[in-house]
Amino acid sequence: MAKARVANGAALHTMTHTDTDWPDAIFRHFHRLGIRQVGYVPDAGHSRLIALCQADPDIADVALTTEEEGVGLVAGAALGGQRAALLMQSSGVGNCINMFSLLRNCGFACVVLVTMRGEFGEFNPWQVPMGSITDDVLRLSGFLTYRLDSADDVDEVVGAGCDMAFDGNLQVAFLLSQRLIGRKQWTR
Amino acid sequence: MLDRRDFVRRLLIDRGDLLVATGLGASTFDVAAAGDHPLNFYLWGAMGGTAMVGLGLALARPDRRVAVLTGDGDMLMGIGSLATIGVKQPKNLAIVVLDNAHYGETGMQPSHTKSGVDLPAMALACRFKQARAVSRIEEAADVRTLMHDGEGPILVSAHIKEEEVPRVLPLRDGHAIKQRFITALNGAV
Repeated sequence: MAKARVANGAALHTMTHTDTDWPDAIFRHFHRLGIRQVGYVPDAGHSRLIALCQADPDIADVALTTEEEGVGLVAGAALGGQRAALLMQSSGVGNCINMFSLLRNCGFACVVLVTMRGEFGEFNPWQVPMGSITDDVLRLSGFLTYRLDSADDVDEVVGAGCDMAFDGNLQVAFLLSQRLIGRKQWTR
Repeated sequence: MLDRRDFVRRLLIDRGDLLVATGLGASTFDVAAAGDHPLNFYLWGAMGGTAMVGLGLALARPDRRVAVLTGDGDMLMGIGSLATIGVKQPKNLAIVVLDNAHYGETGMQPSHTKSGVDLPAMALACRFKQARAVSRIEEAADVRTLMHDGEGPILVSAHIKEEEVPRVLPLRDGHAIKQRFITALNGAV
C-alpha cells in the first residue's frame, strides 16, 4: 500500500487518481437488479454514478437534503414494489442512524454505496471523526459491510452484496475507500 | 379546532385503493381508530421519515394515490423532505399534518408551530402545488377530495385540539406491517 505522504504539504495537492469504470460497473448492477429509485446527496466521488442515474429514464433520481431522507425513500419504494439504492458520503452515514431502525424493524432490503472521507491522506481533519467510525456505525445499525480498496473488486463485490440484500431483505453497505476514489483534490 | 379522531375518520371514509403512511405516535393511533387496513403502513418510530416513505411510495406507484397522515413533530423533524418532494413534484402525494402544536407523546410540550411556524407556507415555498390550513370539521370533506383527486404535491395542516385521546394500537411488528401492505398492493412476493 502506498504511504500517504501527509507530512509533505505538496503531496496533499496531488490527486491520487485511478482511472477505471467502477461507477459504470455499479450502474450495470443497478440495471441488472432493476433498481428504479436512487437517493443521493450530491457528492464528488459519486458524481459519475449520479450522472448515469440522472440520465436513465427508468430510474427516478432523488436529490436529498439530508441522507436520512433516503432511508424513508427506500422503504416507500419497497412498499410500492420497487427496488432502490442510496449513494452517500461517509459523513452522511452518521445522519442516518435513527432512521436505519426503519430498515431493521421491517426487514427492508437496502443497498448503500458510501464514498469514504477522512482516511488515506485526508486533507480536512473535520472529516476524520465520522470517517473513522463509518464502518462500525453501519455494522451496529444492522448492515453487512464490504470495504473496497481496489477498482478491480467493485464489480464482483457489489454484485454479490446486492444479491444478498435483495434476495434476503438485508441491509448491505459498500465502503468505497478514499484510495479507490482518489484523494480529494484541493486547489488554492 | 378539530377533533382528531372525527377528522381522520372522515378523511378515510370510502378510501377505495388509497395508500396510507402514518407517522409515529398519535397519527398512527388515529388512523388505526378509523379502521385497520392492509394498505396502512404504520410507523412506530423513525421520526421524521413519514413524508419520505410517502414519496418513495408515490414514485413507485404513480397509478395510485398516496396519503401521509402525520403529526407536526414528525413533519418538523423531516422538514427538508418538503424541499425534496418539491423537486420531484409527485402528483399523487398528499401530506396531512395533524397539527396540535405540541409533542403529545412526550408530555405536550409546545412544538415550533405553536410559535407560528407555518407549515403550509413552507410547503408552498418548496413548490407544493397546493397547501392550506383547515380548522373546521366541515372542511374534512374538501381535504378528503384533495387526497383522492387533487394535483400534488399537497400539504394540509389540520389544526386539531390539544387533547389526549385513548390510544388505539394497531400492528406493531414492522415485518408484519410491511409484508401485509406489500402483499395487498403488489400481490404475494
